[in-house]
Amino acid sequence: MISKKGTVVLGVIGADVHAIGNQILEYALREADFKVINIGVMASQKEFVQAAIETGADAIWVSSLYGHGEMDCRGLRNKCCEAGIGDILIYVGGNLVIGKQNWQETEKLFKNMGFDRVYPPGTLPGVSINDLLEDLKLSKGDKK
Amino acid sequence: MRTALLIDIGSTYTKTTLLDIDRARVLNNSQAYTTVETDINIGLKKALKDINGWERAEYKLACSSAAGGLKIIAIGLVPELTAEAARRAALGAGSRVLKTYSYQLTEKDIVEIIELKADIILLAGGTDGGNTEVIIDNAQKIAESSLSQAIIVAGNRVASERIKKIFKRAGKEFYIKENVMPNLEELNIKPTQELIRKIFLDKIIYARGLNRVNEFIDGIIMPTPAAVLKAAEVLADGCEEEEGLGKLMVIDIGGATTDVHSVANGKPEKAGVSWRGLEEPYAKRTVEGDLGMRYSVLSLAETIGEEKVRLELNKKGYNISADKYKEMIKHRRSETEFIPNNEKERVLDNIFGRNASCIAVSRHVGHLKTVYTPLGPSYIQEGKDLTKIKYLIGTGGIIVKNENPAFILEGALYSNQDNSELLAPIGPVILKDSKYLMAAAGLLAELEPKVSIKIMKNYLEKI
Repeated sequence: MISKKGTVVLGVIGADVHAIGNQILEYALREADFKVINIGVMASQKEFVQAAIETGADAIWVSSLYGHGEMDCRGLRNKCCEAGIGDILIYVGGNLVIGKQNWQETEKLFKNMGFDRVYPPGTLPGVSINDLLEDLKLSKGDKK
Repeated sequence: MRTALLIDIGSTYTKTTLLDIDRARVLNNSQAYTTVETDINIGLKKALKDINGWERAEYKLACSSAAGGLKIIAIGLVPELTAEAARRAALGAGSRVLKTYSYQLTEKDIVEIIELKADIILLAGGTDGGNTEVIIDNAQKIAESSLSQAIIVAGNRVASERIKKIFKRAGKEFYIKENVMPNLEELNIKPTQELIRKIFLDKIIYARGLNRVNEFIDGIIMPTPAAVLKAAEVLADGCEEEEGLGKLMVIDIGGATTDVHSVANGKPEKAGVSWRGLEEPYAKRTVEGDLGMRYSVLSLAETIGEEKVRLELNKKGYNISADKYKEMIKHRRSETEFIPNNEKERVLDNIFGRNASCIAVSRHVGHLKTVYTPLGPSYIQEGKDLTKIKYLIGTGGIIVKNENPAFILEGALYSNQDNSELLAPIGPVILKDSKYLMAAAGLLAELEPKVSIKIMKNYLEKI
């Protein structure tokens, strides 16, 4: 357990039932030596926050595939702040908005909502895992 | 003839049962007022007076809920997670959970915990390898307080060394056990429950003066609710030589609380339902402190609602004025020994009992939510699915002594619940514990499970 690089709470938010990407991410994170707490599909914001508190997680990874990401994700950062884990890393990825919208705008939208990293469809797990390693190094460095 | 003497020392009555072990028959039973305030043996002797040959019994065992029962404070981190896991561990061990706390304890909480005078403090928090900060902080606050009860630490494994040091330095009596929730939503409550029982046997019985019964019998071996849960479990599962009945539920309506026990894994019965939330105990007990026929009748009446009770009374042909109704409730609260002496009072007790089973079961069972997604409806189950349990067993004074216990127990069924999402029993066979045997059977199950099952099969009466 100590050798693990960190703990990630993983789940698909809202009324979204897309399970496959979630399982791929779990596999990739485990392979990269992370401890994964997979709360599965149709997870609420509250469940992400509660899971992160009990498990002392370093990051929350939110997936949203069905286009309602903006509605489902709004307020997640605030809930974390309220719950005393305001500085946790939160990433989001998937089909975050409906239709073809400008990616820069979508990314900005989610960053303004308090997400540390935002990924477009088609991102490979390795990309976000590398980002996570980088961000964890930085945040651990900050604490020192 | 081998016999067993089994005693339930309750808060009001001490009930004794003498059994013929070889033939799985009840030989005799009796009851007398519990005399825990003065000398527990006075009441016990009185109850034993009517039981011929009890001295020769091979086993003389008791369970007890006298002197307030076994009282526990449960502490965890997130209310729905480790705090709930700690609460479930305590309930399944047959205790009364006085209060459950979450997150960091405040000074005010500590003062309140001291005032509540629990027997045991159960401290959980964090999954293994998860949050350590809160449980350590809470341990520190308990260590600095005047609390002197036994403390069970069943939280994040990683924090246990630190907590050990904190409590050792403070000179507290403490026990470190496996985490009640080692991984997210995974329950591991058996080790803690075994420890709770051991503390009950080694210490609490002595502290209450209950050990004086050892002059007559082999001893009190568990709290009464734990005995009832044990009986339910062995009856459902069976043992090597005796087949069990399968999934079942026990409703125990008392003067102060209504307890519901279920023995079933509770996993979804229908295809296409996904299950979520904290894992459920296979043998689960819930206690409703606001639903009781006497001590808690005020809150019971309030929970049901005056309008509903009076409407049901009306249906039965009793038109009672609001004042008279209030008086009838108050009378039950002030005279807790009250037994209805006319039909009107009996009908009111039955309506209260029926609603107590309905509400207690609605809080015990899980529910099935339909979520409409862009891909069509999805079904999510939280809690136990008990729609298909085979047997529903009723016990407690109101049921044992009732001519029409079905009216009361049917209140628990799915068709009588207001909420269609509840996973309450649909069509179980209803049984009545007409000989008040459940606790005795649980005691006997510790030593002779086969006989215990046979006795329950012989005496639980189909209604």
